[in-house]
Amino acid sequence: MTLLRIENLTASYGVSQALFGVDLEMAQGEVTALMGRNGMGKSTTVKAICRMIRSEGVLTLDGQDLHTLPSHKVARKGVGLVPEGRRCFADLTVRENLIAAARSGDWTLRRVTELLPRLGERQGQRAASLSGGEQQMLAIGRALMTNPRLLILDEATEGLAPIVRQEIWAALRRLKQETNVAILLIDKSLKELAAVSDRAVILERGRTVWSGAMGALTHDITGKYLGV
Amino acid sequence: MRLDERYINGLMIAGLLALPLWALVADQPFTITLMTRAVILALAAVGLNIVLGIGGMVSFGHAAFFGIGGYAMGILAYHAQTYTALDLGAFTTEGTKFMPVIWLVAMITSGLAASFIGLLSLRTSGVYFIMITLAFGQMFFYFAISWAQYGGEDGLSIYVRNDFPGLNTLMPIQFYGICFALLCLVLALFARLQASPFGLALNATRQAAVRVETVGLNPMRLKLLAFVLSGAITGLAGALFADLNRFVSPTMFSWQLSGELIVLIVIGGVGRLMGPVIGACVYVALEHFLGEITDFWHVYLGVILLCIVLFGRGGLIGLLTGKEGAHV
Repeated sequence: MTLLRIENLTASYGVSQALFGVDLEMAQGEVTALMGRNGMGKSTTVKAICRMIRSEGVLTLDGQDLHTLPSHKVARKGVGLVPEGRRCFADLTVRENLIAAARSGDWTLRRVTELLPRLGERQGQRAASLSGGEQQMLAIGRALMTNPRLLILDEATEGLAPIVRQEIWAALRRLKQETNVAILLIDKSLKELAAVSDRAVILERGRTVWSGAMGALTHDITGKYLGV
Repeated sequence: MRLDERYINGLMIAGLLALPLWALVADQPFTITLMTRAVILALAAVGLNIVLGIGGMVSFGHAAFFGIGGYAMGILAYHAQTYTALDLGAFTTEGTKFMPVIWLVAMITSGLAASFIGLLSLRTSGVYFIMITLAFGQMFFYFAISWAQYGGEDGLSIYVRNDFPGLNTLMPIQFYGICFALLCLVLALFARLQASPFGLALNATRQAAVRVETVGLNPMRLKLLAFVLSGAITGLAGALFADLNRFVSPTMFSWQLSGELIVLIVIGGVGRLMGPVIGACVYVALEHFLGEITDFWHVYLGVILLCIVLFGRGGLIGLLTGKEGAHV
């Protein structure tokens, strides 16, 4: 059954239009890679889903129109966001960051620290004093604490050391195997995206230009739209 | 030497217990009255510390709630002492001299005022929030000046202090005990609130409201709840302050008082549990001891405040603990 449905989505920053017709469908438990070169509308699509910018077109979660909801209610409906650039609550400790976001459900402090052990080791440490990788894990943990049905990760491994990136990818693989959370991924690493994603959607100049199973993504397509 | 904040907090509570007892034994009732004043101002500042320290909202209009609490006490006690009915439009009622009822009315009325002011002012932030809260405070100030029924500019005198079951509230030490017990209750509430999911979310809102929304929290609702709670506590302090002086006047609404409450918090340490308490004790001590030497004691207070802002951003507690931030 379709969880997230986007059809002909348009969005603008003031007078500057950024999305011209994005189409995307996700089922519960499915991992989808949202791909495209820089500036093609990936992060804007995420912002539109989370109602952080105004948009038009079809945007539903479990059949409910998200356009009628403010940002915090979209999150309450089950959309968890790991924003670009980590953005933890710097003055709070790791534990407090997680508790502040907690909502009732399967994801508890214990389960999150089990998935991301580094967070467990640094529970009493202030978020501002964590390394970039640890902050990223905290951002993922914080999003999971909201008990999302759809988890969105916007450039979650950007600028991180290879060993930390591997940890994050391993956590995402575990998430896919052990839970029914749908995951929308934006990342530059095609190799890692291909390994974990079921489907791919490619954006070009604010439009969906290709979508299909990850296995159907050929070199011709990636060469044409992603330049790799 | 760096001190643990918990020891400082413990020492403060011990001092607030021991000093009045010493004053009682040494027959120094004025010292007890001074300490009562400090404790009441601390109570008001703890209320403000919820919005300022945890929520990062610089309210320059908290004197409005302090004044509302004061006038709630003054009006109820006035009607009780004059045996006249209190006309509330739809119905009339009697006044009361019973402290718990007065506190409840003070907290409800100031909480209601805070919800109204908060709904309008919390849509703004930064300097606009400061200005709009200041404007509301001044509105109440000028309203009280023109409220001839309750003394207008001259204020309202209450002849006898209000009653508390089982206590002689006219005895300074017993009234101090009431104020101290209420301060301890509110401090316990503050500590619990700060560590609760609500307090953490409020703290997170101070840091980044947009990010808070992405985890399903409504920043406006969080801030409004904090503002109402803060207003109600400050209103309670206002009722006690009016009871201490047995007098209410429009000065309780003045913007200077709003500023003083902020100063108390900055002196002690913004967002710290005992910051307002230390700030209030230092403030009252300076007011008394320096005030005896010179009429210009505010100049020295200004210098101290300047030094704290420049060299010790965590307030006096920050200086003693070596930690700038309120977060341990």
